[in-house]
Order: sequence, then structure tokens, then C-alpha cells
Amino acid sequence: MTDNTMLEVRDIKRDYELSSGLFKPKKIINAVKGVSFKLERGKTLAIVGESGCGKSTLARMITFIDEPTAGDLLIDGKKVDTRPGRLTHEMRQKVQIVFQNPYGSLNPRQKIGDVLGEPLAINTDMSAEEQRHRANEMLKKVGLGPEHYNRYPHMFSGGQRQRIAIARALMLNPKLLVLDEPVSALDLSVQAQVLNLLADLQDEFNLTYVFISHDLSVVRYIADEVMVMYFGEAVEYGTRDEVFSDPKHEYTRTLFAATPRADVETIRQRIAKKKAMAAA
Amino acid sequence: MALLQIDNLTVEFETATGWFKAVDGVSLSVQKGEVLAIVGESGSGKSVAMLAVMGLLPWTAKITADRMLFEGRDIQKISPAERRKLIGKDIAMIFQEPIASLNPCFTVGFQIEEVLRVHLGLDRQARRARAIELFKQVGLPNPEERLGSFPHQMSGGQCQRVMIAIAIACNPKLLIADEPTTALDVTIQKQILDLIMSLQAKNGMGLIMITHDMGVVAETADRVVVQYKGRKMEEADVLSLFENPKSNYTKALLAALPENATGDRLTTVSAFFDGTPEPAQETGLGVNA
Amino acid sequence: MADTIIDKPPAAVSTAAMRRQMLKEFWFYFSENRGAVIGLFVFLALVVIAVLAPIIAPHSPFEQYRDAVLVPPIWTEGGRAGYLLGTDPVGRDILSRLIYGAQYSLFIGVFVTTLSLVGGILVGLIAGYFRGWVDTVIMRLMDIILAFPSLLLALVLVAILGPSLTNGMIAIALTLQPHFVRLTRAAVMAEKTRDYVTAARLAGAGPLRLMFRTILPNCTAPLIVQATLSFSNAILDAAALGFLGMGAQPPAPEWGTMLAEAREFILRAWWVVTFPGLAILITVLAINLMGDGLRDALDPKLKRS
Repeated sequence: MTDNTMLEVRDIKRDYELSSGLFKPKKIINAVKGVSFKLERGKTLAIVGESGCGKSTLARMITFIDEPTAGDLLIDGKKVDTRPGRLTHEMRQKVQIVFQNPYGSLNPRQKIGDVLGEPLAINTDMSAEEQRHRANEMLKKVGLGPEHYNRYPHMFSGGQRQRIAIARALMLNPKLLVLDEPVSALDLSVQAQVLNLLADLQDEFNLTYVFISHDLSVVRYIADEVMVMYFGEAVEYGTRDEVFSDPKHEYTRTLFAATPRADVETIRQRIAKKKAMAAA
Repeated sequence: MALLQIDNLTVEFETATGWFKAVDGVSLSVQKGEVLAIVGESGSGKSVAMLAVMGLLPWTAKITADRMLFEGRDIQKISPAERRKLIGKDIAMIFQEPIASLNPCFTVGFQIEEVLRVHLGLDRQARRARAIELFKQVGLPNPEERLGSFPHQMSGGQCQRVMIAIAIACNPKLLIADEPTTALDVTIQKQILDLIMSLQAKNGMGLIMITHDMGVVAETADRVVVQYKGRKMEEADVLSLFENPKSNYTKALLAALPENATGDRLTTVSAFFDGTPEPAQETGLGVNA
Repeated sequence: MADTIIDKPPAAVSTAAMRRQMLKEFWFYFSENRGAVIGLFVFLALVVIAVLAPIIAPHSPFEQYRDAVLVPPIWTEGGRAGYLLGTDPVGRDILSRLIYGAQYSLFIGVFVTTLSLVGGILVGLIAGYFRGWVDTVIMRLMDIILAFPSLLLALVLVAILGPSLTNGMIAIALTLQPHFVRLTRAAVMAEKTRDYVTAARLAGAGPLRLMFRTILPNCTAPLIVQATLSFSNAILDAAALGFLGMGAQPPAPEWGTMLAEAREFILRAWWVVTFPGLAILITVLAINLMGDGLRDALDPKLKRS
């Protein structure tokens, strides 16, 4: 029986130690306090929260950048040994990440053709010609072209750089893609394009997404499941429709209430209220 | 008489590849007690235009305008000394990165008292009293203790409140807020926006809210100016803009909002707009078939 | 399949065209500093003089003309055609010696700078990348080197190794190294936390690749500026060593050595001392001005657009 679970996280924890002086005991910060969830292949889980809630730390653990203090991580049904030095190449290839900041995630001194070819050069023994070919293919897939192979990152806009970052993440054919606020730093017009691109790529390659965001309107649009994090804990977890129509936790409700709404009804209500106050 | 009147403002920078027009012939006005939102994406010139009004651009910028009037007074040709009397007192500005906008070497108490000393000439007792009063107004708990804190000891939201306190210290007639909540969390964002709006209503200030977030526009603005690549695309009152946008660019922006998504794919801006900035006419007729 | 993009992506460009464009942008910022441009041209002139020395020097730098000892420059009374800047106490033409001396100075600059640059980068990379006790040991070592006055340290080393130009250059390179180590280490520590390094690590890059191919190319700007200033420092220090008799040995036409030989003639024959001194002054000034301009052009914080 084939299990359709791509990613399973069981009670994962991450603590940081802060030294507070020579003789005082070390202060421990619980960045992630025991989070568990299951994610099916081909689906998108959105993790929502504000700064300091632990969502980025969780993302770093799933992509093996940091090691969990406790808990289990299962990718594609197999338990992952995340101790340094024990990570297999194969595991690394299954998970990739796209960062938030399109201006910091590409090496300013590397031509983007080399940026795309680097994962292949390190992990496979493809010839330079093959690498170039694959890089050009991937560039086309994300809406750029082989004519950009020789250019440097600073010659591209934020949205284009994010596309390059997505292309780089896909070079090794991962199954799971973690996207840490990939559109937060982008303009609205570009955001739509990148989100469409992500949707197309997910369909084509049957990718599983863990999408971290603080923007509820984006989350509502792309997520299948939603998890809300607050101070290191998952305070709400369910399908998108469940969470948005009937938020159970107090914090989730506060979050929804605080998000500014860009629709006509809100404006009418505000204008009416202002008129009433002026008349009073 | 409009509080702020700008006609045909152009700001250019000299770069390695020639002159670059950050703002191209923008005209707008703000009335007393009104909230004007300037909305645009990065590169639209919305911040640069306001920095030009405040005189905060580097010397390499070339600023030209037919008219730049504040309360009927020409602020383009005034001397630096006169400008310093105006800025910070009658026209105030708050910026996007709260922690970076405060001087890290001095306590916040020192920084707010500095404004009071320079512009209002208050003595030490009066300054301290007014500083505490202002901190209370912006909702900072324990104002007396807060006076001795440094910016890095406070959170982003608290720093932004300090910035707002500094801005309203001299009861300005016009407050320019340049993306004041973009760097803050959503729940803090709501608190800061509510604070700004309540101060605006109470003091009857004119408020220019620069933002790229249509949600903020919907929740705060009376009138809206939409900018793209340095040019004004559309100007309308907020309800008309959302219900019945005239410019193709505005239509595109509204359609690209995830909230307005219909079906599987988001409508991209290029579906409406091919990138040539053709501003909508003042008469409100349609543009670009 | 992807949507057409509003901001049309930049058109295709060949590698050569792109290099031209980057050079043009660099020159735009560099040429704003007039002193830097003058320094650049003086330096280039110096390079040309050094390369063409055998062709343009009127005499050999070692040939002693017994009948033309301490001849003053041509424009003073007693000057002789053929010896434009006069001759030194043993009858050698000063102009020719200055011209050949340019070779020495440039060679010293290049050798010392390369040595301290390469050594400094390697050590700085290791210190900045690995941190921990390696970093502490290295930095304390550098602090010890920096605590000594550079000339004194160079003298001690030369006294141990024996007075010669090569030993002098090695000694000077050692005293200049800590500056490069510090710069590299600071740049590496700053870049190490950036996302693109994490991305490279996730792609499977090992420490060597990360250090040399990912991080190092991003640290070059401050290093280039420091290299330029080290160049002039090296020339000055070598001249000082030569003056003290611990660097290039006579009869080498190195400018500092020329000064040493002319010490007793300061009042009697001013030209023997002044011209080598002027040569050193002009060279060091030109290189420092160039370094200033380079820093302005390469420092991204000072960029205007």
C-alpha cells in the first residue's frame, strides 16, 4: 500500500541556548515547542504566524539547515537522521528551499547560469554541456530564457530573481519545496505571476509545498491546509476552508481581524462610521 | 486653500547610464484634515516625491516643479534655515523602518526632547513633562521609564510609536507617513494604523499615507493617488477607486489582489496593462483600449 | 506557459559586452575623483617607464663616470648635458638610476602585495569561516604582529635573515599581512550568514567550495583598496629599509638605497638626495590617490543609483 504522506513531522522541538553571563545558568529559548503534522503529496501546507513564532525555524529544520533538538522528521515515509554528517545526498535532494529575500538569496558574483548549474556540478557528474542544457531548460520553465544565462543577479528585478531562485530549487528534482515567504518582498503585480508559476510547477512536477507566509490573502488563495503558529506552538491546524470559516483559537481570530481588507464593503462601512461621528 | 499643493513635480537622478526620472510630472494636493493615500509599487516614485517636498533628497537629485506650496507659501525656493523651521514642526514625517530611523546612540527620551527643544524652545522641566504626555498619547506603557530606553531595547512596534510621538510633538499641520507599517507584524500593524488614524482625527492633521498595500488604502484613505514608474495614473476618492477604477493600471492592481482571485489562477497585471504608462485623464474618461 | 512579464527582462548580452558595461560603470564612479585619475595616469606612466627602462635611460645605472663626479643638474651652473639630473658621488647618472629604480619599486610593490594578499586571504578565510579556537589563535597572532612597529619588526627579521632585498620584502609582507587577515575575516563573517551561502550549502557545497568560490568573490572590494594602499606602504618601507642599509644593497639603484648613499651630501650636493626622495613621494602619492578613488568606486554604500 503506497502511503501518500510526503512529509511527516512528529513532536519536533528546537531550543536555543543564550549565554547570559559567566556565572549565570544559560537561558534556553524554546523556538519550536513540539509541532506535529502530516502533509500529503502534491498538496500545499501554509504556515502562518508573526515574527518570532518559530515558522522560519521550523522551515530550517525541515530543510536540514538546523538540527531539531527533539522529535522526528519523516520524508517520503523514511525517517531522516539529521545529525551533522549523517545526511545522505539522496535526502538532501528531496527537499529544497526558496528564501524570502530575492536580493540576498543569489550570489551577486555568480552568473545565473552558474547559479543553476552549481547543484548539478556538485551532486551529479553531468558534463558542462549537459549542465548548461538543463539550466537553459529550467530557465524557460520559469519564464526566462537562455539569453539570460550570462547575466548577473543585479541585472534582474525582484520578481525575476525569485523565479531564478525557484529554478535553482528545482534543479535537483526535489519532491518537497519549502517556500519561506517567497512573495512577501515582491510587488503585487509580480506576486501574482510568481504565485501562478508556483501553481503551474506544482501541477507539472507533482510537488508538495510548505508555504510560509504572514499574508492571509495569499494563504487563502494557495493553501490546501493551514497551520497557525504562535510562540513556537501550532495553535490551529486544519484544511483551509475549516480554518478560514471557523477559526477556533483566540489568536487566529485576532490575526484575521487585524488583516486589512481591500474591499468595497469595508470602505462603505468606514465612511458611514466617519459621517456618524462627525454628525454627533 | 489647499494644505499642500504640488504641481508638475519632477525629480531626476544622475546615474552611470544617464539621467533617471524617479518622479515625472506628478501633481497632487492635500486639504486640511484629509487623508490622502499614495499607492504604488516599488519604483513608482511615491517616496521620492514626498522626500523632495521635505527637502530630504541627496544633493545629486534635480527637483523641478511648477508649484510647491504649503499653506499657500512657496516651499521650493525657501532658504535652508527657513526650511528647517518648517520641517519637523508644521510638516512631519515617519518612515518605514522604525528601529533604523531612531539614533541608536541616544535614548528615545533624548531624541524626542531634542525636537521639543529645537522647535518649541521649552525648558527642561517642560520638555520632560511634554515628552511623557506624548508617550502616553501614543500608547506607550510606563512612559517615565521609557524615556531612558535605547532604540535597540524596544520592539519594532514600540519604536514606531516613539517615531509617531516625535512626529506629532509640535502638532504638525501635515503628517507624511512613508509605509509606516510595512516592516511590522500584522497585529501590531493594526494597532499602529489605528493610532495614526485616531491622532489624525483628533488633531485635524492632513495625512499623506504612502503604501503599496491596497488593504491599508481601503482602511484609511479619503482620497487616493495611484503612481506607476514616476507618473500619476489615477486620482480619485477611495470608494470610486475601488468600485469603478478608471485607469488600466488601477484595474490591474485590484484584479491582481489574491482576494479578487476567481478560479485557479490569479489575474496578472499584464492581462490589463502592457507597461506603457498612460495616465488616466482628469475628466475620468477611459484609457488604452 | 508563463505570463508575459511587465518589466521586460534584459536582452541577451555576450560576456564581452557585459564586461564593457561594467567597466563603463566603474569608470563613471572612479573618474569623479580627479585626484584619483591623475594618480592613475602617473602610475601608468611609471609602469611604462619601468618597462621601457633599458630603452629610455640615457646611461647604464651602474656605470661610473670618473670624470663626472657630483655634477649638478643641467639647469644649474656647472651642469652638463648628458647628465640631466646630475651625477652621484661615484659618477653615476642619477636620471638613469631613477628610471631603473622604478623597476625595483614596482617589483617590490607587486611582490610584497601579492605575498601579503595571498597569505592574508588564506588565513583570514580560515579564521572567518571556522571561527572558534582557530579564529582566536589566528587573531591573537595577528594582534601580536600589529603591536610591533612595522619597520622595527622588519629590521629584526632582516637582521636574522641577513640584509638583502628579498629578505626585506618578505619581512615587509609579514608586517602588512594582518591588515588583509582582518579585512578578509570581517568580510567572510558578514557574508557567511547571507542566504546565498545557505543555498549553496544546501546544494551540497563543501567548506572549500564555499570559502573560495562562494564567499571569497564577494569580499574583493575592500581587499582591492587595501592592496593598493599596501603597494605604496611596501615601497615606503622598502625605501626605509634601504635607507638603513638593510634592504637592497648598493650598487642597486633602488630609491631608498640611493638615499642612504647620499646621506652625507645633503648640504653639499642637494640633487643626490632630493631626486630619489621626490621619486618616492610622487609614486606613493599617486598610488594613494588611486586607492582613494578605487574605494569610492567600489564601495556599494557610496554608490548613488
